[in-house]
Amino acid sequence: MGVAYTAPMSLLDMIGPVMVGPSSSHTAGACRLGLVAHHLLGEAPRRATIGLHASFAKTGRGHGTHLALVAGLLGYAPDDPRLPRAFQEAQAAGLTVEFRDVDLGDVHPNTAHIEVERETQRVTVQGSSTGGGVILVTHVQGLGVHFSGAAPTLLMRYTDAVGMIARIAATIAADGVNIAALTCTRAARGGQALVAIELDAPLSPEALAFLRRWPDADWVRLLPKLMDG
Amino acid sequence: MTTLHDLMNAPAPASAWVLARDCAETGLDPAEVRAEMRRRIGEMRASIERGLASDAKSITGMVGWNAKGLWDAPDALNAPLLRRVQAYAMAVNEENARMGRIVAAPTAGSAGTIPGALLGVADHLGLPDERLVDPMILAAGVGQAISGRMYISGAAGGCQAEIGSSAAMAAAAIVELLGGTPRAAVHAASLALMNTIGLVCDPVGGYVEVPCVSRNAFFAVHAVSAAQLALAQLESFIPPDEVVGAMASVGRLMPPELRETAEGGLAQTPTGRAVAARMEGREEEGGMTELPVV
Repeated sequence: MGVAYTAPMSLLDMIGPVMVGPSSSHTAGACRLGLVAHHLLGEAPRRATIGLHASFAKTGRGHGTHLALVAGLLGYAPDDPRLPRAFQEAQAAGLTVEFRDVDLGDVHPNTAHIEVERETQRVTVQGSSTGGGVILVTHVQGLGVHFSGAAPTLLMRYTDAVGMIARIAATIAADGVNIAALTCTRAARGGQALVAIELDAPLSPEALAFLRRWPDADWVRLLPKLMDG
Repeated sequence: MTTLHDLMNAPAPASAWVLARDCAETGLDPAEVRAEMRRRIGEMRASIERGLASDAKSITGMVGWNAKGLWDAPDALNAPLLRRVQAYAMAVNEENARMGRIVAAPTAGSAGTIPGALLGVADHLGLPDERLVDPMILAAGVGQAISGRMYISGAAGGCQAEIGSSAAMAAAAIVELLGGTPRAAVHAASLALMNTIGLVCDPVGGYVEVPCVSRNAFFAVHAVSAAQLALAQLESFIPPDEVVGAMASVGRLMPPELRETAEGGLAQTPTGRAVAARMEGREEEGGMTELPVV
């Protein structure tokens, strides 16, 4: 498969999560991938298009993968008893979901590509469910990232320029928060860039509001910690 | 990254070392982690009780009555530990197959092995659940050491990656529960792993039911066997981390047909294909919003 193992598993990932069955990778992990899209949009979407790759496409139905992804989009955690009724709940909430089988290339077999929309907002997320309910998000808004949702994660899209990461890091440091891991990619030199920063603690609302006011950043999100460990 | 070698050489009890090390990394309070582990043992206990009491069929109808069936049957072998461990393990996995609430340990498909083996042994010996908190932390530490070398999912490494990990974790936990050394606990894990290498993931219809439910009964007993050997000072000839490496390499050699895709093995028997066709027909008839709802 050629994918190196990277997402660290805490003690509570190993004995956990507490979840609705039947599969940690195809149900709980799928739910968490949906949750990432939910949080990055900021609320439940109106429309979603979900591309399922390899094992997610082939054996997803039997594992409730579709239900779990929709449950995540609605903001439900993997142990939410409403998960098995997610399609009915989605209908009631006015969420339309379309599923497609896709070939995403040389990625983990349990990978989904999610596009969600609400009013003028649109978010795309691609991530893999790597086992035991652990996920690895690899793309947000079409740009490469690398985070697991095990820690609060700051995502910021901005116009590539000298010193941007230093300014962001300085803001985080001034808030008294430590950076655990950081990935940054850009579409082109001087073009759109996206940084994903895993934090040891959530950023304060003031620091977040400050980052949101920057004219050269057009999209700022703080993804809450999705796992217990 | 923690290795099994680190765990084996940790001061006893190894669980205390695992907890201190993990909390240093996550920043969590050790008392909080222990409290959450205690709550999860309670969730395991609840899933066992629901599973032993229910004979409701799963989504496909292939499983659902096995745990209760065994639990209610006469103990023909006069082997109460064996029967308890098997029944507990299947109870959890049948709950899982009904989309009930379980604790993934480390995965949902292998969720019955640790409760079956560890809670089964504890109940057999009359030990309270409070005594299981630290052994459960060691189980998690063993799982972490394995997951540092390979993905713990059937799609990536076959069933060996899932049930092998759960059996290894359970075996180490039983050894610590019964007063064995960290070295014995890790050798129990290693013995469980080396006797699981090669096991493929070929679920009928792609559902976590056949062979998964009965497999958890078998591997909960497998974990007890490994603990028994290690408590008698028997050791794994191949060092534990090398065994993990071997399992990872066998996982990479496994063709995709035998890694959860339901394209080989039991899933492609005439009966397996018939189940898949029947369920597919049911889904097409029902449409998206009518998918299996329990």
